[in-house]
Amino acid sequence: MNILVCIKQVPDTNEIKIDPVTNTLIRAGVPSIVNPFDGYALEAAARIKDNDPDTKIVVMSMGPAQAEDALRECLAIAADKAYLVTDRAFGGSDTLATSYILKSAIEYVESWEGKFDLIFCGKQATDGDTAQVGPEIAEHLGYSQITYALEVQQASAEGIQVLREADDCNQVIASDCPCVVTFTKPSFDPRFPTIKRKMAARKATINQITAGDIPGIDLTRAGLKGSPTKVKTSFVPPRKEGGVMIQAETPEEIAAKLFESLNGVHVI
Amino acid sequence: MEAKTKDLWVFVETNEDGSAKNVGIELLAPGRDLAAKQGGALVALVVGSNVEAAVEEAATHGADKVVVVDSPEYKQFSTDAYAAVLTAMIEKYGPTSFLMGATPNGRDVGPRVSCRLQTGLTADCTALDVDEETGCVCWTRPTFGGNLMAVIMCPDHRPQMGTVRPGVFKKPAVTENKAEIIREEFHVDAASIRTRILEIIREAEGENVDLEGAEIIVAGGRGVGSAEGFDVLRELCDALGGTLACSRAAVDAGWIGHAHQVGQTGKTVGPKLYIACGISGAIQHLAGMTSSDYIVAINKDADAPIFGVADFGIVGNLFDIVPALTAEIKKR
Repeated sequence: MNILVCIKQVPDTNEIKIDPVTNTLIRAGVPSIVNPFDGYALEAAARIKDNDPDTKIVVMSMGPAQAEDALRECLAIAADKAYLVTDRAFGGSDTLATSYILKSAIEYVESWEGKFDLIFCGKQATDGDTAQVGPEIAEHLGYSQITYALEVQQASAEGIQVLREADDCNQVIASDCPCVVTFTKPSFDPRFPTIKRKMAARKATINQITAGDIPGIDLTRAGLKGSPTKVKTSFVPPRKEGGVMIQAETPEEIAAKLFESLNGVHVI
Repeated sequence: MEAKTKDLWVFVETNEDGSAKNVGIELLAPGRDLAAKQGGALVALVVGSNVEAAVEEAATHGADKVVVVDSPEYKQFSTDAYAAVLTAMIEKYGPTSFLMGATPNGRDVGPRVSCRLQTGLTADCTALDVDEETGCVCWTRPTFGGNLMAVIMCPDHRPQMGTVRPGVFKKPAVTENKAEIIREEFHVDAASIRTRILEIIREAEGENVDLEGAEIIVAGGRGVGSAEGFDVLRELCDALGGTLACSRAAVDAGWIGHAHQVGQTGKTVGPKLYIACGISGAIQHLAGMTSSDYIVAINKDADAPIFGVADFGIVGNLFDIVPALTAEIKKR
């Protein structure tokens, strides 16, 4: 099988701090990681390859030059080849522009990597949290999609069967290939890279794709100009104030006081 | 596309029994306000199978018009059928703005539709307004796991689309049914629905995990200490008619299933009451629950960040406090 995994390098949200003076995000010195949901997508691809060693896993990321590090990490974990889609013309893209650029890059890479049977993405990236790029890639390519996937139960070049999370239940859902699948957190932990793969990934080539490489890409649909949505402002959310600490001698008295308080605001 | 009207549309998603999902009715509240500011009508789009209950609910909660597409192929949600019908209705009527719930289905099909229409979609909004200068919708949404709020506009493309988190808005007051009901025939043939649902799996013990629609949530974290520790929280849930939830730490420890997890890698919830027991309040957890109306925090550590978002805080052992609270509620 031929599987593409789309990944994004994101700041580690565990490490994000707010500057108390300017009330803005401090981004300097924040470590970058592979978006955790993309890690689950890569693990799903790796599990398919465990069963079918002929499977090829290609990873692709759009981002600045430093996103190479994230791609190297994916090579160390499970990927066979890596592509970095990078160009100043792509900066400032919203999800519609990003998915258009990725679709264009995917079609270009397929001209020598062959058609991808499956395109895997994380459900969403932990910086933007939009969950839109996966479905938009599927729409641009005209493929079917499965979102909120927990694990792949069966996969072949003909089709895929996936366990997914729905509103109030889980579903087993199937689609023919090609198909775009976006992954949420599974019940298992993704694998760690081996030392041997880590060493190999350090020396591996990360293939760069720039705007000029992609035949026929319409740059009016890329970057800030090609993005229908614009960020007007951003702000740090105000902290809730006026919380009340409930104190008393015994748990029973605390419970009674809490009940009165909740009753007083009509929630119970 | 060009907008044909100044109308604001709200997509009212339906359940398989034809009733409306709460978020669609909730959105009629901000929808009313935005429609008035944009100088257009408030239109509810109801899609599903045997949806009279949903049509009635939309019509009695402030919609000026209800556009209905009622056909068996919409009984069970599929990306392909819903993307087709939503796109067709938007193209036919040309609303200037389009709101939908940030439910799993809404987040699945929303980007398909906005991409097909080549317009902007803002995900998971928590506040909505209209920019006075341009008349565009200002969509406020959390990013970076809730650390930063961004205000997004879609100035030059129509419709302006957004998904809004369930529970952020309250259902508007019941009104007299004066809505014009417009019934549309639009069909999707079976062959163009490319996904097949083979099996539906519900939790074995029949435990309700519809956290997004829950009004009361009792959640446990690392402080619960074991799978058995959740029993005291279950008893409180039963007494309150609440839904059981947890933080990531409890899932990672194997005490409870991921379906119960609230936070950045779990569900985003907005109940009336959220009782956090033994949850320290990591930013990833807070991202999933700070839009709750009232938050109660019970934790041994007085410095736990959860107290920073709590309306009512109790420093103490949850195994003392929670059973006492359950007993207190049963007494009343």
